[in-house]
Amino acid sequence: MSKTPRPPDASAILRGDRRALGRGLTCVEAMDDEALALLDALWGSTGRARRIGITGPPGVGKSTLASGVIRAYRAGGRGVGVLAVDPSSPVTGGALLGDRHRLGAEAHDPKVFFRSFGSRGSTGGLSRAAPFALDILDAAGFDVVLVETAGVGQTEIEVAATADSVAVVLSPESGDAVQAMKAGLIEIADVLCVNKADREGAEAMVEALDAMLDRAPPAPWRPPVVRTRGLEDASPLFEALETHGKWLLEGGRLEERRRRGLRGRLRSLVHALLAERLLAGQDALLDARAGEAASKRRSLLDAARSTVEEILR
Amino acid sequence: MSAPSPRAPLPKGPRPIRVLVAKAGLDGHDRGAKVVAQALRDAGMEVVYTGLRQTPEMIVKAASEEDVDAIGISLLSGAHMTVFPRVLDLLRENGLSHVLLTGGGVIPEKDREALRAAGVGMLFGPGTRTSDLIQYIQREVALRRAHSA
Repeated sequence: MSKTPRPPDASAILRGDRRALGRGLTCVEAMDDEALALLDALWGSTGRARRIGITGPPGVGKSTLASGVIRAYRAGGRGVGVLAVDPSSPVTGGALLGDRHRLGAEAHDPKVFFRSFGSRGSTGGLSRAAPFALDILDAAGFDVVLVETAGVGQTEIEVAATADSVAVVLSPESGDAVQAMKAGLIEIADVLCVNKADREGAEAMVEALDAMLDRAPPAPWRPPVVRTRGLEDASPLFEALETHGKWLLEGGRLEERRRRGLRGRLRSLVHALLAERLLAGQDALLDARAGEAASKRRSLLDAARSTVEEILR
Repeated sequence: MSAPSPRAPLPKGPRPIRVLVAKAGLDGHDRGAKVVAQALRDAGMEVVYTGLRQTPEMIVKAASEEDVDAIGISLLSGAHMTVFPRVLDLLRENGLSHVLLTGGGVIPEKDREALRAAGVGMLFGPGTRTSDLIQYIQREVALRRAHSA
């Protein structure tokens, strides 16, 4: 459909062209037809970046800590690509993407690229689009690719979990450790971080998390629980992430983790493609079966099964 | 719907309008910028809020990375005759001349006219209704998207 200045140019992205990368991320975000060609062209250049995920409940200081982690990587001379995901309003579709606002000197650092995505509804689109956006940042040559999401929905948590090393950030105000466990945050963590560690309740939270980890089934990696106090004191988080990164490099762990991650993404993509293909042109059938369930002629589950049988016949 | 094809698996709707809201200059008054950011979000736009003391270089770098349709700069410090032309130049240099540059603040009518003649969009003064701003951005972005299609 669209032409100038629309077609994203894979070779320009590989050259480090900021504008082309910005455009490419827009295509992937919309998962339009151009995104497919772009991802095909760039796929061979992915897999070089170290991927970091940072998630946690709203207000715990994720963006501020992310800035601290970016700063630490930059101090070591490494380029950083960032994807920050904020929730979209389910009513208007609008979003206030404010994570960029926490950047300091990084806002004009040419080796830092920062992109914000709105979650754009719960259609599952984000869980497929955001990892592709990380692939593109990876192909563009950043040494580190960092994704930051609010750990409020399953999708946002899954997106962070596609990283090589995942930090879950909590704070004394974010509710107790049980809340974090209920949200499914604890089991994806490679590093647990209690931010605002100078506030009341921080030590109790650290202890509760440690106790929770003591009771968990033994695993090859036990997430460390680190304390941070915002931007000026983000180094314990950075160091714990790097320790996990080094651990991944031993015994083929990183390759195994990435293979598992790709398999999960493949399954989700196949699922979506199959559903789209099989449901194409079946609106009348769905209407008819839904009507039968509404009038109690069949149960809803029976209607679903018979719909599948008819589609596959 | 259509015949099965190896399309990317996502329902497609119109892409939300993306707007960068920035506060340029050295003054610390960002209340107006925040009110505008919230109003645009409530109108269904994706608003990238950059915060205070943004230089033209930072604004254009952000516009490029965030691939926005429009930039709204709030400026109360009197530096509008340097900031807006500089942003416009940088947009052109960076292949972003399709981006709408608009904004608001305390800007004399004579200066607004000069800036408009240079290629800056409408500039809104104190007391502007946010609905006017929203309609203006929606209309301009629709035109620019259609033009580049």
